[in-house]
Amino acid sequence: MNVIEVNSLSKSFGKTKALDSVSFSVEQGELFGLIGPDGAGKTTLFRLLTTLLNPDEGTAKIEGLDIVKDYIKIRSRVGYMPGRFSLYPDLTVEENLTFFASLFGVKVKDSYDLVAPIYKQIEPFKKRQARNLSGGMKQKLALSCALIHHPGVLFLDEPTTGIDALSRSELWDMLKSLKTKGITILVSTPYMDEAFLCDRIALCNEGRILGIDTPPGIIGKFDSQLYTISADNMFALLGAARKIEGVLECYPFGQTHHLVADERFNEEHFREKLEYLGNLTLIPTEPTIEDVFMNLMKK
Amino acid sequence: MISSFLSFVKKESLHILRDRRTLLVVIMMPVVLIVLFGFAISTEVNNVNVAVVAPDRTDGVIDAVNRIAHNDYFTFCGYIGRDEIDTQLRSGKVNAVIVFAPDYDRRMAQIAAGVPSKPIIQLIVDASDVNTAEAATAYMQEILLETESVQEMFETRMLFNPQMKSAYNFVPGILGLIFILVCSMMTSVSIVREKEVGTMEVLLVSPMRPNKIVLAKMIPYFFISCVVLAIILILSYYLLHVPMSGGVWGIFSLSLLYIVLSLSLGLLVSIIAKTQVMAILISSVVMLMPVLLLSGMLFPIENAPKFFQWFSVTIPARWYIEAIRKMMIQGLPLVAVWKEALILLGMTVTVFGISLVRFNDKLE
Repeated sequence: MNVIEVNSLSKSFGKTKALDSVSFSVEQGELFGLIGPDGAGKTTLFRLLTTLLNPDEGTAKIEGLDIVKDYIKIRSRVGYMPGRFSLYPDLTVEENLTFFASLFGVKVKDSYDLVAPIYKQIEPFKKRQARNLSGGMKQKLALSCALIHHPGVLFLDEPTTGIDALSRSELWDMLKSLKTKGITILVSTPYMDEAFLCDRIALCNEGRILGIDTPPGIIGKFDSQLYTISADNMFALLGAARKIEGVLECYPFGQTHHLVADERFNEEHFREKLEYLGNLTLIPTEPTIEDVFMNLMKK
Repeated sequence: MISSFLSFVKKESLHILRDRRTLLVVIMMPVVLIVLFGFAISTEVNNVNVAVVAPDRTDGVIDAVNRIAHNDYFTFCGYIGRDEIDTQLRSGKVNAVIVFAPDYDRRMAQIAAGVPSKPIIQLIVDASDVNTAEAATAYMQEILLETESVQEMFETRMLFNPQMKSAYNFVPGILGLIFILVCSMMTSVSIVREKEVGTMEVLLVSPMRPNKIVLAKMIPYFFISCVVLAIILILSYYLLHVPMSGGVWGIFSLSLLYIVLSLSLGLLVSIIAKTQVMAILISSVVMLMPVLLLSGMLFPIENAPKFFQWFSVTIPARWYIEAIRKMMIQGLPLVAVWKEALILLGMTVTVFGISLVRFNDKLE
């Protein structure tokens, strides 16, 4: 059964089209990732699905409930963690959790088993005001608060943005264990490297979905040859490489450049032509999610 | 759901209690305002230095001068010559000079006998401070003519507030002002802060309905306002000796209505404003300025241009201050201000209704 069903959802703010006919579906107990840069429309999509906004066009259903007609029913069934820090900074860890529990009419001890694995990590600081927590601890508290009423669906808008690498990986471990309890999770992230932690991902850009598949499936969509190139003069290399026959694209990728080539590309010819840049290297490379993203974006 | 409502009230109270500085300001502000307006800023007749020019110091003159000298509000600075009047006033040593006519006693007797006469007393007053000058003149006239068996052409009597104590006038004004500050500004800021921080999103995506959220937010501020009201009433009664002869419960119940109205106004502001700064600006410019300038707190509305007089009808504080004045100073009971009370009730229902309907449970 599909817990989340999205059908050609569109939303504009003035002249800006934040979402342009987006469709996808998420199964029960699936960890579904929305991967895309800032401005891709991820937050708007979350606000539509959590019934905070009404769509201009299209429909969406959460656990079979329509986001426009049945929005009040949806609100008691979902857990939502907005992108911004959404707790009360002047309340303590414990007070925040108790408040959000009572907001949904439940007691902390009734749902404790579900949040315990997460909450245990911040429990030593339960008398501390939320403003004084570290970024990672804040997110753990926010996740605990979003889970306290046993939601069937969890919406997490960029939960790992702005926190350290260790907390990030801890957070993903928590999501995996929540998944095993049958909770459906929709999570967004601007970090392409987090895509492999999801069951399925949707690559989004400028309000559109570029592709939906499992992470290996998405990689499989990359149908060209990819190389990692470098030379002493990296800037000149970028311009010069783009002029070589068979080079579809060349873009900076960390310390090196990635080069996308088609069948006309000849490695020998490339080396000859650009030798003058000094210490030229050309290594065939497996594409990453980011390469697929760049590739799909250009299409 | 009752427990979720209560815990919302508790959470809101925690916000207020944790923000010690704001709480202190809210509690201290009425005290400071009462002391400031009651003592420091006053337009009342106090310590007016009076000099006298009297060519003949007859019994009648000495009697009149004694009455001035023995009055708490005037200080008698001695007799001066006619030619000194200007220099004394200019130097600021005296604020007013009383000039008696040469044959004061005889002409006074004439007047008493009903024979028309030219003026026999001249008051020369330093009017660089208009309010004080006017009040002093009026009061001096009253004292000078008081016990004389003079058949005056007309008689002026200052009822309820013969000394024209300004504190009497300011207390209702302070009440009108402070609840706009405490209720409207604080409620609107507290709601808008949730929008700004992002917690409003989480609150909305919960089974708690927006009207309950709004009510739960209002309760702690209502409670604080009651405390502030009690402080002001106690201070004005014991410190400023405002009579409140109309019964304190009438004043209290009308104030409660005004507090609810101010809270509703705050709610309305929070719907319009997107940021806390915006909320403060709207509260202060749209609400505070009219209260200060058009409610009759500082300036009589009757002196304002016709347009503003019409406009002032829409300002809740105007009706509230008018009613409180009647009850506090004139000593009228609550039933006597039914018109003002009804207008305030109507405004409350309207504003609160609009706010509840307009308070959106979506983000746009």
